[in-house]
Amino acid sequence: MIQTFFNIEIIAAAWPIVLSGLLNTILLSLIVVPLGLFGGLLLALGASIRHPLVRWPLMAWVDFFRAFPPLVLLILLFAGLPFAGLELGGFACVAIAFFLNTGAYYGEIFRAGIDSVPAGQVEAGRSTGLSRLQAMTYIVLPQAVRNVLPDLLSNTLEVVKLTSLGSVVAVPELLYQARQAQSLTYNPTPIVVAAIIYFLMLWPLVRLLSRLENRALAGRR
Amino acid sequence: MTNFERFLDTFFNGKVMLKYLPDILSGMVVTIELAVLIVLSGLAAGLSLALIRSLAIRPLNWLIIFIVDLFRSLPPLVIIVLMYFGLPYAEVSPSGFVSTWLSLAFVLMAFSEEIFWAGITSVHKGQWEAARSTGLSFGQTLMNVVLPQALRLTIPPLTNRTIAITKGTALGTVVAVTEILGEASSAVSNSYNPSPLMMGAAAYLVLFLPVVVLARRLETKFAWKK
Repeated sequence: MIQTFFNIEIIAAAWPIVLSGLLNTILLSLIVVPLGLFGGLLLALGASIRHPLVRWPLMAWVDFFRAFPPLVLLILLFAGLPFAGLELGGFACVAIAFFLNTGAYYGEIFRAGIDSVPAGQVEAGRSTGLSRLQAMTYIVLPQAVRNVLPDLLSNTLEVVKLTSLGSVVAVPELLYQARQAQSLTYNPTPIVVAAIIYFLMLWPLVRLLSRLENRALAGRR
Repeated sequence: MTNFERFLDTFFNGKVMLKYLPDILSGMVVTIELAVLIVLSGLAAGLSLALIRSLAIRPLNWLIIFIVDLFRSLPPLVIIVLMYFGLPYAEVSPSGFVSTWLSLAFVLMAFSEEIFWAGITSVHKGQWEAARSTGLSFGQTLMNVVLPQALRLTIPPLTNRTIAITKGTALGTVVAVTEILGEASSAVSNSYNPSPLMMGAAAYLVLFLPVVVLARRLETKFAWKK
């Protein structure tokens, strides 16, 4: 059993491939997480303009991408766009799909955070002479982010896990490289190793989150 | 042909759509079957684990926490791939459908256990003591006093998580499950036209958009007043 699923020789042989996949996963995460955060912040700032003509379309946008499986979005970009004469690489497709999908999730979180700051604070800030933007940047956002920090972290965990979808469009991230190594060696060890790497990499975050969430839910009563 | 007509002819080609409509519909059936199985088994398993955890048997709790953490930190696609491509080396060959179902059910189990558990612990200790001192057994206290309050609290996070994980049924296409995305992708390569993909996308919206809107309503209804 250990010979099959945790073969040391195979680990040694596949290590360079798997390691390059790990580096790409980290790189991909470092690109798509800020991208999603940025998109989400834009959406939430838009929604903070309480005009129904602004707020409703943005809400529809968010619901649309919450209902849409990220993999479908990715395939749509990767396999659909070439028919319109637009051939983007796998990497660009992942970036766009993540911007749209995770942006919607981050946006929803930021919106909840902004809503959680009492309106009186903005009014107080405005009355001291701050502009709308200044009040938002210096008064609302710092508190909003702190209020929804567990949700932001939890979504970031999901985003990092989601980068594994890149393997479907041949982005050489951890899962893709592991599968390459598996088909080269006819042995499942590389995938097991990849799983262990994901686990070791994300476990600390999961532990932290589980503490934060328990506290948040328990504190609400 | 104008550009717009050419666009329509490529992405919303009536002939192609008509031809592959039955495929997409059968894909929808598979997606719904998968989704129902995942939600039922995942939530049931998650609630059971949370209940077992409330018995406070140390080694058992450590095991539960480890399993939950494991399935929270592994990407669902990795679990599916591991089951489908890895297990056959151990002489167990689950189908793509079973791999996708079990993997996502495990993931939902892990997330829902956390949420159920947080709900249970959020009920004040004094309520346990009060209920027990009126003569209710441990089980009765759990069922009649603690769970009704705990479940109410868990509804918003639970619906969100359930939707997000259920959307993962699309991952089944990687292991040859003939759900919507799988049917749409093979139709695209057979017809060399992207219209089936647009239909597939629409099918997902038809299935999931009502659920998302409903979840938003539930969220407001069960939201805790600030």
